[in-house]
Amino acid sequence: MSAQAIIEARAVSKWYGHFHALKGINLTVHKGERIVICGPSGSGKSTLIRCFNRLEAHQEGEIVVNGVALHGRMSNVAAVRSNIGMVFQHFNLFPHMTVLMNCMAGPMWVKGVPAVEARQTALQFLERVRIPEQANKFPVQLSGGQQQRVAIARSLCMKPDVMLFDEPTSALDPEMVSEVLETMTGLARDGMTMVCVTHEMGFARAVADRVIFMDAGQIVEEGTPDAFFGNPRHDRTKLFLSQILKH
Amino acid sequence: MLYPDTVEAEVLVHKPWFVGTMFGVVLMAFMAFNLSGTGLAELMRPVIGDPSTSGLYGRFAIGFTIAVIFTLNVVLIGFAPLKLQIGIVWLELLLLFIAFFETFHLSLPFIREKLPFLVSQGVVTTLYVSAISIVIASAIAVAGAVAKLSNNGFAYAIASFYTSFFRGLPLLMQVYLIYLGLPQLGFVINAVPAGILALSLCYGAYMTEIFRSGIQSIDRGQWEASRSMGFGFALTMRRIILPQALPVIIPPTGNQFISMLKDSSLVSVIGVWELMFLARTLGQKTFQHMEMLISAAMIYWVLSICLELIQSRVERHYARSKVR
Ligand SMILES: Nc1ncnc2c1ncn2[C@@H]1O[C@H](COP(=O)(O)OP(=O)(O)OP(=O)(O)O)[C@@H](O)[C@H]1O
Ligand SMILES: [Mg+2]
Repeated sequence: MSAQAIIEARAVSKWYGHFHALKGINLTVHKGERIVICGPSGSGKSTLIRCFNRLEAHQEGEIVVNGVALHGRMSNVAAVRSNIGMVFQHFNLFPHMTVLMNCMAGPMWVKGVPAVEARQTALQFLERVRIPEQANKFPVQLSGGQQQRVAIARSLCMKPDVMLFDEPTSALDPEMVSEVLETMTGLARDGMTMVCVTHEMGFARAVADRVIFMDAGQIVEEGTPDAFFGNPRHDRTKLFLSQILKH
Repeated sequence: MLYPDTVEAEVLVHKPWFVGTMFGVVLMAFMAFNLSGTGLAELMRPVIGDPSTSGLYGRFAIGFTIAVIFTLNVVLIGFAPLKLQIGIVWLELLLLFIAFFETFHLSLPFIREKLPFLVSQGVVTTLYVSAISIVIASAIAVAGAVAKLSNNGFAYAIASFYTSFFRGLPLLMQVYLIYLGLPQLGFVINAVPAGILALSLCYGAYMTEIFRSGIQSIDRGQWEASRSMGFGFALTMRRIILPQALPVIIPPTGNQFISMLKDSSLVSVIGVWELMFLARTLGQKTFQHMEMLISAAMIYWVLSICLELIQSRVERHYARSKVR
């Protein structure tokens, strides 16, 4: 592919103490690409995408984000992070701020955007995730699905180059999953670069350019959704798919 | 508030067994005292005859009267709405206290004469010594808490040594150590700054622990969300973590403030003219100790009540984001 690479991971290894959590991961995410990462619990999916914005530090190999290498003592980590949106399984909204303020905080305090402008941007993105009427509520007053959509809007307000999702729907009740997935699908359609850890295989099939299967800290298989679901090559993948698609 | 169950229970003070038990306990308690010399006994002369010779019957009658009044009072208050209940009970307890102080036969003119000076000199000194100490202690507490949570060995060691030392020594000792010890090192220090220093250091140590546990009570996810948006450490602390930690920090900190207000009386030992010092010296000349001590006690109480009110205000402010 000729498109510009936004995230490049080369031979990335990470240990927690003696536990080898990531074992030589190679992955390139190009601009506009939608990648879905799946795999059994404990396989290192969260660890990997948390290395991409250096919430976790890797010990070996190289991760380059937007041309900035993430290792050693970084003085510019804040600048790198402000261009990477991250959406968490448990939303992690700031409970002491209104929804609107949650969305305005990043642009105002990190990028120095004036309040009026930050407010406009926030309202615009809240509109986009279809909850502008909740702007003045506090996060606890919203349902899980609404909270997660606010979290997405909060990330979007930073105008990131790439969005990372760590199981954004797995803490939600079934009927709220679809509203969040719709929001994400909309984002994908608009050309946002996305890396999603998720077990929503329908979403993966519909949206992903590439599906990556991880097990025990390694990338076992990767391919287009058609190839991945239609014709998995590895036994481990087949087993995982059969388990997850059974439901 | 405790978790309010929606099932309506009968009011405790209207349950027959409770009313009965209460009546019995009060009756027993007052029969155990010999109240034949009191005003109440005089009032009951028509019923029991001469109180001093009325014997067991007299005791029973007096105890019975008190028990009836007491029980009736409690049952009636049980009908009032919550706010009124709280008000009435406060008032009654207050009246009992005043009745208790009445028995000292305090000289009110003496109190009235000395009170202005007690307030203008004593209260003012107490207030500014504790106010300055509270501000410094809070600043120390934030720094100390961050140091104790950091993975910088020096910071942790210094902070934990500090909290251990100043929590481990009696405050009185610290006051002496600073006032008498620092001059040994060549720093001559006045009584008021020495007192403020001792109070700030001691309370800073306690509050370091309060702030530390408050900061630790905030979910890791808040740090992660904040850092992942590019917030630096200081910004995360100031805008995300501390505001959320405050509801956890405020109740014990309110305790500390109240306790600091009263512990500021310890600096009277090095001759600071604060409330306690004046209360002891003003009454000395005429041997009217009780007047001044009780006045000072009441002033401390009033000041504490003010702090309590401020605390509940602040708590309500921070409870905002929790209501559904
Ligand atoms: N802070 C940590 N300290 C020690 N071990 C950790 C830590 N975080 C993760 N691990 C271990 O690293 C491995 C990978 O964890 P990770 O959270 O990346 O898994 P995951 O693929 O995201 O799983 P899940 O689907 O359950 O979220 C797990 O075995 C986990 O026990
Ligand atoms: Mg995970």
